[in-house]
Amino acid sequence: QLPSYQSLLYRRKTSTGGSKQRGSSRSRLSSSGSWKLGLSTISKPEEKQKSPLEQRPIRERANTRRLAEAQELKSWRQMRQSIHRYLRRLREDGQESLSSIKLWRGDIHLIEGMFGAGILSYFSFLRFLVMLNLIIFLFMFSFVMLPIVIASHALGNITYNQNDGNVCSVYPSSARHGLVIFHEHIADLLSGGGFLEQTYLFYGYYKAHKIHFPNITYNLPLAYLMVTIAYLFLSLVWIVKRSATGFKHNLVQDEDRFQSFCNKIFTGWDFCITNENAAKLKRSSLLYELRTDLEEERIKQKIADRTRKEKCRIYIIRLILNLFVISVLAGCFYSIYVATTFSQEAQMNNVKVNFIVDLIYEYLPSIVITMANFITPLLFSVIINFEDYSPAFEIRFTLIRCVFMRLTSIGVLLFSLWSQITKCEEEPCVCGYNHSLYSCWETRVGQEMYKLTIFDFIIIAAVTIFVEFPRKLIVKHCDCRLAHWWGQQEFAIPQNVLEIVYGQTICWIGTFYSPLLPAICTIKYFFIFYIKKVSLINNCRPATRPFRASSSNFFFLGVLLIGLALACVPVAVSVAQINCSQACGPFVNYTTSWEVLPTTVSQLPHGVQTLLYALSSEAFAVSFFVVTCLAMFYVIALAGAHKKVINQLREQLAMEGRDKRFLIQKLCQAQKISVVRSPGSNSQPRRSSSSYHTSFSNNFNESVFLAHSPPDSATHV
Amino acid sequence: ELTFLTKQEILLAHKRFTELLSKEERELPNTRLIEAVLTVTSNPFRKRICHVFSTSEENDGSLTFEDFLDLLSAFSDSATLEIKSHYAFRIFDFDDDGTLDCGDLEKLVNCLTGETDETRLTEAEMGQLINNVSSLCILEESDIDKDGTVNLSEFQHVISRSPDFVSSFKIVL
Repeated sequence: QLPSYQSLLYRRKTSTGGSKQRGSSRSRLSSSGSWKLGLSTISKPEEKQKSPLEQRPIRERANTRRLAEAQELKSWRQMRQSIHRYLRRLREDGQESLSSIKLWRGDIHLIEGMFGAGILSYFSFLRFLVMLNLIIFLFMFSFVMLPIVIASHALGNITYNQNDGNVCSVYPSSARHGLVIFHEHIADLLSGGGFLEQTYLFYGYYKAHKIHFPNITYNLPLAYLMVTIAYLFLSLVWIVKRSATGFKHNLVQDEDRFQSFCNKIFTGWDFCITNENAAKLKRSSLLYELRTDLEEERIKQKIADRTRKEKCRIYIIRLILNLFVISVLAGCFYSIYVATTFSQEAQMNNVKVNFIVDLIYEYLPSIVITMANFITPLLFSVIINFEDYSPAFEIRFTLIRCVFMRLTSIGVLLFSLWSQITKCEEEPCVCGYNHSLYSCWETRVGQEMYKLTIFDFIIIAAVTIFVEFPRKLIVKHCDCRLAHWWGQQEFAIPQNVLEIVYGQTICWIGTFYSPLLPAICTIKYFFIFYIKKVSLINNCRPATRPFRASSSNFFFLGVLLIGLALACVPVAVSVAQINCSQACGPFVNYTTSWEVLPTTVSQLPHGVQTLLYALSSEAFAVSFFVVTCLAMFYVIALAGAHKKVINQLREQLAMEGRDKRFLIQKLCQAQKISVVRSPGSNSQPRRSSSSYHTSFSNNFNESVFLAHSPPDSATHV
Repeated sequence: ELTFLTKQEILLAHKRFTELLSKEERELPNTRLIEAVLTVTSNPFRKRICHVFSTSEENDGSLTFEDFLDLLSAFSDSATLEIKSHYAFRIFDFDDDGTLDCGDLEKLVNCLTGETDETRLTEAEMGQLINNVSSLCILEESDIDKDGTVNLSEFQHVISRSPDFVSSFKIVL
């Protein structure tokens, strides 16, 4: 908003109050502020007696005018205004009370005060994930588990899936028989097998086909499928909504780094800071930001100045390093594949060597994934130094590589599981899957996801306790050079974000196979919050690099969206492609899980059927796609038009500056002529503060003051 | 409408003001009082603020109670953008010549980054920040009529585009 518009708004606000501006100044661009300035700067001691006298008659005039207006103001308009005000206040109160019941509000305030906005965004992201997982769990619980619980304990009649004696529907019980040693229980708890397998935790337990309540029949397979689609859709909508504001900021700010220097210099200091430490922190962060921005500019200059030979050299180096990165990634994926196959075969063969070794065999994929995810970021951050990008791009590119690594490792794990499940001794498989090894393959996949989640949590807790706390103790008490080089812990935001996005992706994939997994993830993130907070406050020092908050929100949610997209793929493939197990689960009577939907639709009344068929036909899909494309093109064209308008206005402003200079030059010339004609006229140099009222450039000292009115009527400026 | 403060805020200001006044100095206290009142001993602009709002002839930056109220009013929540940008311009104008030239900008940046030598930008960096010719810098972004200085309307134009100005240019008692 231009200042003239602001002053117009202010004048409109105070016009009913009957301010002094009703006089000559209404036509000018100056607002009441400059009138006030005129009053205060001109009120020298000798004029102090004059100004109160002048004010009083003016105020009386304003009062009478106000009374007249009040009578004119209709009562319904007043009532409307008061209703508006009341509604607005109600809305603000509602928003404030809503924000006061948010989880962990006090903790997050504390963290923001101590460490700044970047780390704050990480913790509020964590809080968002806790809420998301809780909502997903409530969905699953109320639509899938609650009917079964109600039916088995209260009223209702459950019809279970028929066991038709087929070879596919053999499901050996995995409960342990005989004397069970205690550590076997722990092994079961950690691996999701044994006594945990036939519980609500896994897909295989939900054998109900239909639940008959007194009035309605509840179709459980349909509910199961619809809830899966619903929670994926809900997550998508919530994340997109949350990232919409961040995206807007990102677009506006990153356009051409608009006015970044001016904003930092002129508005960089927060006058509300009262704490000495906070002031020091602010100073150092400002210094750091200025230095990095200047360095970015220098590097941009250097890049633009590169010769052809240098460019070739840089491109060749980049190509080689990218190939190296790809080969490292391929090596990691292959090792994950090998580990998964080995682990599955070890479990199938049931060779019990030792408690610890068995556990290691079970957790082998998780261990390999975690080790790969630990080593590759270090490798990437070393490689990027040789590739000679600008610092901001370096950070982003390393992050993209790490994201790719983490999320694809889950994909590789699932792919190796899938290849195991659909590989039979005699091709093609009798039941569509390997029924001898995997009588209930969804439960096996659910168990793998469960193991990944548990292991992830254990690793986070263990790293915090066994690495970060000792590091702090060593750095604080030991004075050797190693301690100085290692330095105190800094909270690495991107790596931490990737960790929790990884966990959330596993949760999304695993919820279809293990309906209780969201609850486990909620509890896990709950504890991770406190672990990270304690570690942050005790071990970490404030970051030397400020992490920009608005763009980081967009980054977090963008990575989360990639995780969601990745999670949809395995779920979609297993719902639509792979034959569901015939021995367990709600979909026994169907070939694939997706078949529930067409079967149910064919039982609906005819009109609804035709409507649904029309919606899913190609004609509708194509026209919907075309309409969406048109809308997108329209919005893009609008944005381009706005950009053009902005550029035009900017040029106009520059031209007006030039016009002003031209006019001032003319004025000076005219002034000179008139001074020559009449010497001794009133061109005394006034106090420099008067130039503020004219807002002309002060390079032309001669005659700027002529535009300013002489002292008598100064109070009426 | 002489001020943007409410009656309560004026009374609170008066209370704080008289608390910090010693018995002899009834009318024209020193800048040290302002520092204590604002509790921003770390504010790098405190001297300039006192200088700008002071109306005494000796130019020592001392403030009467009316000056103090002017200060709080300009820094209050309800002051308009134009008032704030006007006063910000005067505060940043270290040599009081009505424009922000290279010397003013240099002093401004030094105030912001720190007092000691190691927290300052070097000469080269300062030069690049203020008037780098071909790419972004302060003067490139704000000097519209390309005269090498930033005058009041150019400053106000820059400020109107900046989203954080109103929230950072604020003092609450």
